[in-house]
Amino acid sequence: MAGKIRIKKGLDIPLKGKPSDKITVDTSSKLYAIYPDDFPGVIWKAQVKAGDVVSSGDIILSDKISGKICLVAPVDGEVIEINRGERRHINYISIARSEKNNEKASAASNRIDSEEIRATLQRSGLWAMMRQRPYDIVPEAESVARDIFVTAFDTSPLAGEIITEKDKEWLEKGLETLSRLTSGKVYLNIRAGQGIESKAATVTEFEGPHPAGNVGVQIAAIKPVNKGETVWTLDARTAVRIGKFFGAGVSDYTTLVAVTGPEVSDPHLVSTIVGASIEGILNGLLQDPKGKRIISGNVLTGEKVGINGYLHYPYRQVTVIEEGDEADEFMGWASLNPGKYSVKRNFPAFLRGLSKPFDFDARIKGGKRAMILSEEYDKVFPFDIYPEYLLKAIMANDIDRMEKLGIYEVAPEDFALPEFVDTSKQELQKIVREGLDNLRKELS
Amino acid sequence: MKGLKKRIDKVKPHFEKEGKLSKFHSVFDGFYTFLFTPNETSRSGVHIHDSNDSKRTMITVVIALLPCVLFGMWNIGLQHNMAIGDPDRAFFRMFFYGFFAVLPQILTAYIVGLGIEFIVAQLRGHEIQEGFLVSGILIPMICPVDTPCWMLAVSVAFAVIFAKEVFGGTGYNFLNIALVTRAFLFFAYPSKMSGDNVFVSLGHQTAVDGYSGATPLGQLASAIGGDAQVLNVVGDPLSFTDMFFGFYPGSWGETSTFCILLGLGILLVTGIASWRIILSAVFGGFFMGVVAHHFANELYPVTYLLPWEQLSLGGFAFAVTFMATDPVTACRTAAGKCIYGFLIGAIAILIRCYNTGYPEGAMLAVLLMNCFAPLIDYIVVNGNINRRLKRAVSNE
Repeated sequence: MAGKIRIKKGLDIPLKGKPSDKITVDTSSKLYAIYPDDFPGVIWKAQVKAGDVVSSGDIILSDKISGKICLVAPVDGEVIEINRGERRHINYISIARSEKNNEKASAASNRIDSEEIRATLQRSGLWAMMRQRPYDIVPEAESVARDIFVTAFDTSPLAGEIITEKDKEWLEKGLETLSRLTSGKVYLNIRAGQGIESKAATVTEFEGPHPAGNVGVQIAAIKPVNKGETVWTLDARTAVRIGKFFGAGVSDYTTLVAVTGPEVSDPHLVSTIVGASIEGILNGLLQDPKGKRIISGNVLTGEKVGINGYLHYPYRQVTVIEEGDEADEFMGWASLNPGKYSVKRNFPAFLRGLSKPFDFDARIKGGKRAMILSEEYDKVFPFDIYPEYLLKAIMANDIDRMEKLGIYEVAPEDFALPEFVDTSKQELQKIVREGLDNLRKELS
Repeated sequence: MKGLKKRIDKVKPHFEKEGKLSKFHSVFDGFYTFLFTPNETSRSGVHIHDSNDSKRTMITVVIALLPCVLFGMWNIGLQHNMAIGDPDRAFFRMFFYGFFAVLPQILTAYIVGLGIEFIVAQLRGHEIQEGFLVSGILIPMICPVDTPCWMLAVSVAFAVIFAKEVFGGTGYNFLNIALVTRAFLFFAYPSKMSGDNVFVSLGHQTAVDGYSGATPLGQLASAIGGDAQVLNVVGDPLSFTDMFFGFYPGSWGETSTFCILLGLGILLVTGIASWRIILSAVFGGFFMGVVAHHFANELYPVTYLLPWEQLSLGGFAFAVTFMATDPVTACRTAAGKCIYGFLIGAIAILIRCYNTGYPEGAMLAVLLMNCFAPLIDYIVVNGNINRRLKRAVSNE
């Protein structure tokens, strides 16, 4: 019997462009790319050169320090470019897909021990798709997990389903494999009524608004992270990939991307491959990319990419909204425009109901200020943490106080909703990311 | 609007870094963002933002103050006509009498306060912050109608510089600016700030026989014995309805509990003010009112007031609605707000009842609790820290 937890605080932002259940297959992507920055906490070193021929599952990047954790090519093809930025920092590695399809089945035995599982995961690129708390980074090569948390649903704005009915069998296999990596438990967190059962994992049902689907919120509700403890987190899609890899020896890099947002003509799900080109995914769904902001991911935590960009980790969603920088709003502070959304109910829109869909654009809609209003963040932050005090400790770089106020329990994504509602327009996720990085540097 | 925008954009380069008017960058920027909401889009973090910003928040509070402002102006005219025995009760004549009586004060507060804000923002190279938009209207409202403008100017300058800018500007002050101004006036110029002759504008005319300009609380504070009755300016008794709607002399913005409730409604619906502070302050005031009334004593005539009369008289309702809820100086944690509000309510009535030297305690109660707000929050946050430590220890 699954336990049930209700998350009360939070907010479902009523953004236009919800995806339908229709699934189409992306046949037009030819280029694929991996962005090493999507996998924080590791210094990546390229293992291929432009012009190299690679098969899917071949190592293209590896961990400079331990050499153990790897990122792999998602498709068969030829390395086109290793795009570098300042100080030879690798921005991305792009691969042109070739027609030949040489799927290698290297059946992994069921009887391998945990060390072998660990090494295989690290080598296969699947390890890098997990995260650890504290620090919200790729789990360190030798890290030991107190527990492993898997989330099977996404509550972010306009998100699609993470897994489908036919993935359930592989999910169980994946959970079973993961359970051999920890002396603690594997927790599978599902949406109330999602109807997934598991023998290998402890299943917990969640209901409530976003961020109920954020794994950090789920951990806080089940068993919070204390100082000195490490937990691993992943989404159910990664668990399915692990299941397929260990169960059938298949490296599965397909992914279901929800193409969403007010500017997309027919929002629905697109089946494609990890790292696919945005142009391929959006083929026919976006009339004119001019003046539009294309986001790989959701509007809260996603990365801004151009039409020539590629899908970023976690490879689940693309959202397109208006950029909005052409608009000149005369005395916007006095606006009576019913199309402006605010949780504060001081815009007329609240009279027509705040749950009906709204058009949003990328404007910040105000100047940056000191924190003036109180408890704004708390209302959308379902942790037993005082977010404002934690943020101030981070800004002051006071390590001791950050620890005491619960920085080990949070990731930047947990501060996305506070950042959205913030009247003072501060960049909260950035503050938390820098705080986590500083903390890790200080303590290592 | 396009034409205006084009014209402004044309002069914009002069105010930027290398421009010949770069000294006035902050001022230009302040006016520019006042006219046109910046179309800057997000570069990191979330891609969409809530429409509410600091400007909108402050404007919402000013709108919530409007019922009190308008009623206050009308009431000045009413009290004036009653005091000089003029039977004229024409709405607009009374309203405009009040309007012109307080206009110089409102202008003085804004010009001095915003002037200092502009200069400081420019010196620091900051954007101009909106905090004073609210303070500027609040300050005249909590002062007697006949306050000389030069006194107001001195106090506003003192409050803005020493209670706000030295701490870093809007968002960093620990005392409510409007109340610091009021406290400065009260202690620096006591003869002009209390007594019987400052709360009604006579305007160089002579009052009728039997006139007294004392506020209800002022009358009670100086009364002797337990049977004191509260009277209006011409000596008729004040009913509870009069007290609730505010037909009596006082600091002109804060007499009408009814209008304050309208403003409170706006603040609560929009979610700008904290209902926790207000509810607990009303509870605290009522509680203290009951206690005082139960132990009513001839030495302290104010204790004979019924608890709901306590809540409707003087600055209590106004201070609770618009001062105690100032988010910057109030407690910032939910639990802290309840304690903070309760103590403001209780202390306001306590001072009012038992210190006959200060007929109104709300100002001092809020300022006192402003000082304690960080301590209350500290205790609440420490509770959270201890809970976390305990959890970590029990897990080991």
